Amino acid sequence: MVGHLFRRESGRLVAILAGRLGAAHLHLAEDVVQDALLRAMQVWPFTGVPENPSAWLLQTARHRAFDTLRRDRVLAKKSPELAPLIAETASEALAAPPPQFEDEIADRQLRMMFVCCSPVLPVDAQVALVLRTLCGFGDREIAAAFLASEAAITKKLVRARKQLRAARVAIELPPARQLAPRVASVLAALYLLFNEGYKASHGDSLLRADLCAEAIRLGELLAAHPLGDGPATHALLALLHLHAARLPARVADDGSLLILAAQDRSRWDRAQIARGLAHLDRSAAGPRVTRWHLEAGIAATHALAPNYDQTNWLHILELYDALVALDPSPIIALNRTVALARVQGAPAALSALEKIPRRRTLESYHLFHAVRGQLLLGAGHPVEAATALRRALALVTVPAEREFLQRRLAACAEGERTAHHPGSGNSH
Amino acid sequence: MSSTPPSAQFLLLFRHSQAGPDPTPAEMEQIMGKWMAWMKGMGARGEMAGVNRLQDGGRVLRGPKVEVTDGPFTEAKEVVGGYVLVNARDLAAAEVIARGCPGLVMGNTIVEVRPVEPLPAM
Repeated sequence: MVGHLFRRESGRLVAILAGRLGAAHLHLAEDVVQDALLRAMQVWPFTGVPENPSAWLLQTARHRAFDTLRRDRVLAKKSPELAPLIAETASEALAAPPPQFEDEIADRQLRMMFVCCSPVLPVDAQVALVLRTLCGFGDREIAAAFLASEAAITKKLVRARKQLRAARVAIELPPARQLAPRVASVLAALYLLFNEGYKASHGDSLLRADLCAEAIRLGELLAAHPLGDGPATHALLALLHLHAARLPARVADDGSLLILAAQDRSRWDRAQIARGLAHLDRSAAGPRVTRWHLEAGIAATHALAPNYDQTNWLHILELYDALVALDPSPIIALNRTVALARVQGAPAALSALEKIPRRRTLESYHLFHAVRGQLLLGAGHPVEAATALRRALALVTVPAEREFLQRRLAACAEGERTAHHPGSGNSH
Repeated sequence: MSSTPPSAQFLLLFRHSQAGPDPTPAEMEQIMGKWMAWMKGMGARGEMAGVNRLQDGGRVLRGPKVEVTDGPFTEAKEVVGGYVLVNARDLAAAEVIARGCPGLVMGNTIVEVRPVEPLPAM
């Protein structure tokens, strides 16, 4: 397993240097950090790792920033106040005692988080920028995670930096009156980041696990600061921990994807479930119920159930009802039908499925047809179920999910056979 | 472990070229890890007699009029990044050591193996 020292250092250093240079020079901060890491890679094998690698990297990056600013006379003329500022504050940061230094780094990273999730940026650009600046991912790795081309990601990032510059976004913590919406947009970006890693649709599994881990790390960073330490933050963290706890059980030994019902619950990470539940506890402090509260509640109900059948489906359905009221997304409504089927049976769920608002948007979504097929099978319509499952199969891209659907399809064939050949008692 | 000590020293000179896009931080850490493991191994086996990284800058002095330039670094495709002095029985053994250089596999490093001329006996 490769350590992530460089990634981590990259995120810390960009946050520190961008904090000094300002959001307008975000790219310079990223460049000099990249240079410093390259130098470390070339030098350390010969000299050994210095006693304080972080300080070495910061100093190297700082020198590069100096050189670049000095060389770039145009830039220096435009902002003569920049160079002395870097020297002064960066050396201050270097001289500061370690604990304070750690605090400062956390604070800088938090500021960067708010900058990356600035409302002037579209949400997909926010997530890409978080990965690039705070998580030390390369454009290539972000592209792999998003199933996009590297050129497209590079372009997206260039545009995002330009937008930050144009909007004169300052690298600072949001003022109190803007705090709630700004925290909400950070939480939304972290959720997306986690989801990119969690969904099994593409990419290599190590990279995906990294995305999940980074979303949790940044969420914890937010929760550890008085500004971010709110019920919604804890609710999101509860949700992320509870989902991440199930990661080890999601894939069978043969590599196929396992649905919740088929997972070996002894492989769930109990320690992580405990962390999730602790956050869920702390999320109950406020009067406002966010979607993160409800989704975490659903995840916790699953986590606490001894098995799939003995799950408190009624409670899950109630949480889904509240979630649908909060967010009329057809995807949430689709997930609700699964709980509804457990409580009221497949026919009731099928009729709810037909009534989903904006149902057409789900037509191209393989899980819609997969759920529908499953419900039709449960309601005793194997022929129609097979048709739905075939449509799901035509849309699915992940081999593991394809195999799962094929197994369901085989069950339909089985259902069809018994439907055509009823027990001998009826024939005479 | 051989009881006869290696009788010669060889200089492994590393010429690096910048080819392709920059590695990402995670890739850099991986590359560095390989180099360090290789260096550590040479040290543990007693093959390493000396090691130095060379800084990028420098001076080149030429001709009787002593023209001083900032080095061939700007025009050369490859830059000497550092060297390792190894103990080995002969050139073939030194080559075997050099073959372990991770930069070879990654394709951005040329390793030059040069025997050190022994001092003449009195």
